[in-house]
Amino acid sequence: MKVRIDEFLDLWGSDLWEATIQTFQMVGISLASSIVIGLPLGILLVLTRPDKALANKYVYQVLDVVINIIRSVPFIILLFFILPFTKMIVGTSIGVKGVIVPLVVYTAPYIARLMETALLEVDRGVLEAYEAMGIKTRHIIWHVLVRESRSSIILGLTIATIGLIGASAMAGLVGGGGLWTSSL
Amino acid sequence: MIELVGISKTFTAKKGSIHALKNVSISVKKGEIYGVIGYSGAGKSTLIRCVNLLEKPNTGSVKVNNVDLTKLSTGKLRESRGKIGMIFQGFNLLKTATVFENIALPLKLTGLSQNEVERRVTKYLSIVGREEKHHAYPSELSGGQKQRVAIARALAHEPEVLLSDEATSALDPDTTEAILDLLLKINKEFGITILLITHEMNVIQRICDRVAVMENGEVIEDGTTREIFTSPKHQTTKRFINSLFSHQIPDKILLNLNKTGQVATLSFFGESSGEPALALVSKKFDVYPNILSGSITRLKEESFGQLLIHLKGDANEIEKALRFLEQQHVHVEGVRVSESKNRRIS
Ligand SMILES: Nc1ncnc2c1ncn2[C@@H]1O[C@H](COP(=O)(O)OP(=O)(O)OP(=O)(O)O)[C@@H](O)[C@H]1O
Ligand SMILES: [Mg+2]
Repeated sequence: MKVRIDEFLDLWGSDLWEATIQTFQMVGISLASSIVIGLPLGILLVLTRPDKALANKYVYQVLDVVINIIRSVPFIILLFFILPFTKMIVGTSIGVKGVIVPLVVYTAPYIARLMETALLEVDRGVLEAYEAMGIKTRHIIWHVLVRESRSSIILGLTIATIGLIGASAMAGLVGGGGLWTSSL
Repeated sequence: MIELVGISKTFTAKKGSIHALKNVSISVKKGEIYGVIGYSGAGKSTLIRCVNLLEKPNTGSVKVNNVDLTKLSTGKLRESRGKIGMIFQGFNLLKTATVFENIALPLKLTGLSQNEVERRVTKYLSIVGREEKHHAYPSELSGGQKQRVAIARALAHEPEVLLSDEATSALDPDTTEAILDLLLKINKEFGITILLITHEMNVIQRICDRVAVMENGEVIEDGTTREIFTSPKHQTTKRFINSLFSHQIPDKILLNLNKTGQVATLSFFGESSGEPALALVSKKFDVYPNILSGSITRLKEESFGQLLIHLKGDANEIEKALRFLEQQHVHVEGVRVSESKNRRIS
């Protein structure tokens, strides 16, 4: 048994190492980009809701529909569907770089939805109390809205990360590399 | 200090529109405690939220300290809001912040220095009587303690006006008393004008100088607490005052009593004016007074009592006796059977 593992590592060891690094890169960069896009989107969704601070029917509905559409397309289809877009953004549609774009497009709306749910849990009364104290809206967003939903946000991000790792497995199909490619 | 003139507010809901406020005007003087009382849905919260424009009225002007808030830019409005403190039924503290942070954070966000923030937090926490437990979270505090923290948070901005939206409605009677005492103290020591809304007459009775009674989005009656207590005109006002006294006599008994005389409610100020007058009545007129029930309660400045009495005797003599009582500054109302309204005699 021991001999076999040694043999396996001799044969695949360096590949495995490289693949692990690639997976971490892929997931890490995609996750970071998705949060950077998803969190503000989530905040925008909450704020533009009817009868909220920046109520705007059009912005809200467009966002809502776009997010629903993207969320309902399986990753594997999305991956091919947006190939031209990927190429336009990063210049290539293969490799680690080529797979980050679809991963972000897939994950950011998901994060936006999860953030929206988390932020909506915040007690409206507290937001009002801060408004009544004459605090600036951007301060209320950060120091009250985001702060009070911290634990739900973290839970949401955990869920999103798991989804992201799952999706990254399919990255192998466009030669994205990573652990999952090695296993194919 | 606060001048609301001709405020109307209509909400458009799916089922149609709700006229929450219809041409409401109230005027609160500097340094007084003004109460607005009304049943659920009367529009009280909407009204008080119009004062700091959390709710934008459709028509009317909102002047606080002679500044028309409806005409201000967003920035100037924020500045003015800093001078108007507000406390709520639900306390509205941050769950993720300690007592100290709850008061310090809004101060920091308005741009005060760290030193000043700390000074104010310490000062106002001790004023509301919560100098210990700075590092407790709201979930570890009782309702009364949370409201104290919320009051400290409002005071820390050193406002000229404090708005209170049912601040004691979620509290038990003892805690309510303590919070009302605190509001009185704030009013006296800092001269902060207080506008409060409530559905409990005892809140009005304990601390308010003047009152407005609201129903269906309108102010139906207003005046000094004393005026409202002695001569309530509107049915709703009477019901609120009667909620403090429970002189419920079964109709059957009332019917019998009214056969042999007259049942009446006497209202009077001061501990001593009711019963002595009644004693005189029995001497001067040919009537036999009998006290069926009675109680005395404290208003902000003086005590206020009510006696439910039965006067036995000739109708003519009774009439004279009641006249006499009115001359002695006792307010008299006759009580009849199955009469939800108390009609005034004389
Ligand atoms: N944002 C809103 N949208 C639609 N209708 C509203 C809104 N806010 C209040 N209303 C309606 O306006 C009326 C007055 O409400 P308000 O909250 O001012 O009453 P209230 O006197 O404070 O009652 P309570 O004692 O229950 O708090 C109610 O009929 C209520 O349904
Ligand atoms: Mg209310």
